Amino acid sequence: MYYLFDGTYLGFLSCVFESFERKEAIIVPITPEDHQIDFFKDRRIIVTDKGKALRVQKGLQERVGKVEAMDFYRAFLSEDRKAWLASFFILRQIFIGRADIRQHYGNDHVLYFSQILKKVSRERHRMKAFIRFSKSSDGLFFALVEPDFNVLPLISDFFRKRYADMPWLIYDIKRKYGLLFDKRQVGEVQLSSEEVQGATTPAIAIALDERDQLFQRLWKQYYTSTNIEARKNMKLHLQHVPRRYWKYLVEKK
Amino acid sequence: MQRIEEKLKILADAAKYDVSCSSSGSTRKNKGGIGDASASGICHTYTEDGRCVSLLKILLTNHCIYDCAFCVSRKSNDVKRAAFTVEEVVDLTMNFYRRNYIEGLFLSSGIFKNADFTMERMLRIVKKLRQEERYNGYIHLKTIPGASEEMVKEAGLYVDRMSINLELPTEAGLKLVAPEKDHDSVRKPLAFVNEQMKSFKEEKKLIKHTPIFVPAGQSTQMVIGATPENDFEIMQVANDFYKNYNLKRVYYSGYIPINNGNSLLPQIGSAPPLVRENRLYQTDWLLRFYGFQLDEILNPQHIHLDLDIDPKLSWALRNPHFFPVDVNAADFNAIIRIPGIGRQSALKIIQARKFGRLHAYQLQKIGIAYNRAKYFLRCADSPFMLGHPSMEYVRIAILNAGNQKSRQQVSAGQLTLF
Repeated sequence: MYYLFDGTYLGFLSCVFESFERKEAIIVPITPEDHQIDFFKDRRIIVTDKGKALRVQKGLQERVGKVEAMDFYRAFLSEDRKAWLASFFILRQIFIGRADIRQHYGNDHVLYFSQILKKVSRERHRMKAFIRFSKSSDGLFFALVEPDFNVLPLISDFFRKRYADMPWLIYDIKRKYGLLFDKRQVGEVQLSSEEVQGATTPAIAIALDERDQLFQRLWKQYYTSTNIEARKNMKLHLQHVPRRYWKYLVEKK
Repeated sequence: MQRIEEKLKILADAAKYDVSCSSSGSTRKNKGGIGDASASGICHTYTEDGRCVSLLKILLTNHCIYDCAFCVSRKSNDVKRAAFTVEEVVDLTMNFYRRNYIEGLFLSSGIFKNADFTMERMLRIVKKLRQEERYNGYIHLKTIPGASEEMVKEAGLYVDRMSINLELPTEAGLKLVAPEKDHDSVRKPLAFVNEQMKSFKEEKKLIKHTPIFVPAGQSTQMVIGATPENDFEIMQVANDFYKNYNLKRVYYSGYIPINNGNSLLPQIGSAPPLVRENRLYQTDWLLRFYGFQLDEILNPQHIHLDLDIDPKLSWALRNPHFFPVDVNAADFNAIIRIPGIGRQSALKIIQARKFGRLHAYQLQKIGIAYNRAKYFLRCADSPFMLGHPSMEYVRIAILNAGNQKSRQQVSAGQLTLF
């Protein structure tokens, strides 16, 4: 049985609620955008219900604690259908009394879940590392990214605490939304396509701070100087800095 | 403007032989300014040699009164000299940090005039960052050998990590290439800072507002392959430093020849001993995280690490009586001794086996290096075997299967008859 939901985490949790209420154990959570729906299988449209979702969230926290409950949100942000399915399997197990199911690494779903968590966590860490701010003439530090997973919600706290005395914007081009910090709080923003265009070619639209080019140059200089030619190891280099991140890295551009 | 780029070029180039780049271990919070420390550390980029770049690693100056043969900034070497002003370093650090290029600053220096004079200048940079810029990011400061204890203690209140390099693993080696230096000038400040760290920690238990003192601890570095110390000597020194000075890290840096001035040192063109360096780090990890004792891996009968295979595998081959280990019954400490199984996998195995005996396909999926591990473990579906394969055979089988970092032809010496 397919459960069609709106692609939000609350919608996902609503699916869990419905599957228990309707006593439908074997279900596949998908969104309407997912193509290739199997016509021989039933499907049910799940309406996101905040009340139901929060009940699931609360029950989950009671059973496994807040920290572990958060893992399901992280895995959800992978936007990976197989991970959603694995989450669903684990959630059901937890609610039928197997709170320790997460340790059952011999099980394919459990193992996949732990692997996807690791991937999301790695991407989150990479964004903390690879985000490069440019300073605009009005003092805003802005950065464009295209993370593999939807990790912006997971790095928001980190950047808010660290760069607390300057306004900044981190924009996810792939998912078309960004985080904007105004020195008090972080908000979600959507830019029009022209604005994004402007940000990718900063010389045209967003006026850069006069010293921004200088520091970009200095950073490139530093990056070159700190390399030891005799130890060159491109395989290792690429393993750490995969090519898909290069276009947003000042030193690799 | 041109000038700052040139300075950065010279002084970053001169600082790059310092291996440490770690930005981990500190818990400094952002208290109404900018920046904080990330406990796990963050590598912001990697150079083409595959090393991580997390800190702006520079020398304050490469003018130096010493003439150590292994060092690129030594007095007699004909290189361009430069020196940053305090303001320049602060400006660079803050602007790189705000753009999220770096985790913080790694400041070292050649010694000009004398130790205290140099240290005082470095301290000024650190204080300006913390007090005027309200910067709470990571700072790694090199202790200058011979600086006064007052100066070292004051610096400790502002920085996250301090380090001082041993340079060469033994006193004899050091005397050979740097007659003006000795190990005592390294041991003393390390011991002093260690004592201070302890007493600050004690005080913090009683008085909550005690300031933090070098929260990320101390580290040191040894140059490998410049002088003829063997691996046993090197690891003995490292082990001793970990125990006596509570170091967070000992770094091993394969010597890269910088000129042909000293005939005692490897000459230009000889490749840096990268594999050996790697084996030393592996040994270091086994000692710190895998419960190995040094004499299990290296001892007077076995003074060199095997370059073809990693030290854990090497130990396993010499200790066949320890194996096979049954992963469904053995405790954690035994499982992490199996070649090809690390701490993470071992933890997963321990948890997963509560749900039923584990089979080979599950172990493979969990992510252990099964092709190496299979000779040393037993699981639910291991075939019944009479006796064990000879360790000679296992070694060759593993080497032929590949995957070892330094795959080399196994020497086809005289075959043994029995």
